[in-house]
Amino acid sequence: MIVAQRKKIPEIFDSIQDHKSVLVLGCGTCVTVCLAGGEREVSIISSALRIASRKAGKKIKVNEFTIERQCDNVFIEGATEEIKKNDAVLSLGCGAGVQAIAERYPETPVYAGLDTAFLGILESRGVWAEKCMQCGECVLSDFGGICPVTRCAKHMLNGPCGGSREDRCEIRADQPCAWQLIYKRLKNIDQVDKISKEHPIKDWSKSINGGSRTIIREDHRI
Amino acid sequence: MNDKAFEPKIIAFCCHYCAYASADLAGSMRLQYPSGVRIIRTPCTGRLEVEYYMRAFENGADGVLVAGCLEGGCHFIEGNLFAKKRVNAIRDILQESGIEKERLRMVNISAAMATTLATVINEMVNTIKELGPNPIRKTNNGTDVEFWESIPPGKEFEILNSQQ
Ligand code: SF4
Ligand code: SF4
Repeated sequence: MIVAQRKKIPEIFDSIQDHKSVLVLGCGTCVTVCLAGGEREVSIISSALRIASRKAGKKIKVNEFTIERQCDNVFIEGATEEIKKNDAVLSLGCGAGVQAIAERYPETPVYAGLDTAFLGILESRGVWAEKCMQCGECVLSDFGGICPVTRCAKHMLNGPCGGSREDRCEIRADQPCAWQLIYKRLKNIDQVDKISKEHPIKDWSKSINGGSRTIIREDHRI
Repeated sequence: MNDKAFEPKIIAFCCHYCAYASADLAGSMRLQYPSGVRIIRTPCTGRLEVEYYMRAFENGADGVLVAGCLEGGCHFIEGNLFAKKRVNAIRDILQESGIEKERLRMVNISAAMATTLATVINEMVNTIKELGPNPIRKTNNGTDVEFWESIPPGKEFEILNSQQ
């Protein structure tokens, strides 16, 4: 899932303060699961903004609405009526959601209420961890399902770097060495010989470094 | 608003199994606490949605007190521990929004600690007196938040569920 977190209230308030009415728009998918931009967070952030607005001597009307998915036109349409009733939208979707709303409503100012952080998983209650940086050419099959591109601080495909101490990464002592994890995992699944396979230099042009990406499926186009 | 005559309006969420019982006991013992404190009984402080705290302040409360069981003594094992973490998170959001975090406080009280409850309430009232009225009441010259007075006893919860 996409993992995001709430921006601080003063920053959000600063972006919306010149409007008379603002729709705080939640998203019912990834950001609901990572407890950043679902219906509940819409309610809390809206309350905070109403308080901040009155404290600043303003009377901004802050309205609340949540749709199933902000990055999908089919669902966005369900918010049209609410969006039209307000001067601006504060989106609690991920970066893609905010942009989808902005594209769909060219006349309406749209602001971001969240900082979108990464693609990851819920590791334990209240702890989310990054697992994939969408490099565009997945190599997980060679590494026992543990991503060295994302989880090794040096993105090494032919690791380890030799600097790890007590199974910790030498760059980030709070993180395990990805290569240590890969080695253990390959051993467990009886594929440890894969560790000596040489990997050619990665083609980073397939990642975001090659510019923003588009996938076109002719078989699905109309 | 005349600050000298300022009587803080405080919502006290009291857990049915401890603080609410101690409030009952305080009544039987004829212990005094200021009349601006409205007690709302809750099945467990862990049951309290964080939105309630936000709505209380949004609707003009000067302070909110959350009173749960002693740590380790929760009837539902750890509801009060969850409540404590949530209260701390909301204190940060309140501070960011311009409401002093001291206006929201959680305490742990057993059913027998009636005197402690009265002390805690008085402490809270003093803290709020020092801070003055909820700043959003001040900036509105007390006009549109006067409705606090109009909340019929027992209807506090409905108000908390509504947005202004
Ligand atoms: S190899 Fe690339 S696509 Fe696969 S998990 Fe790692 S970053 Fe993601
Ligand atoms: S210690 Fe491990 S994870 Fe850290 S940079 Fe070296 S190989 Fe990568």
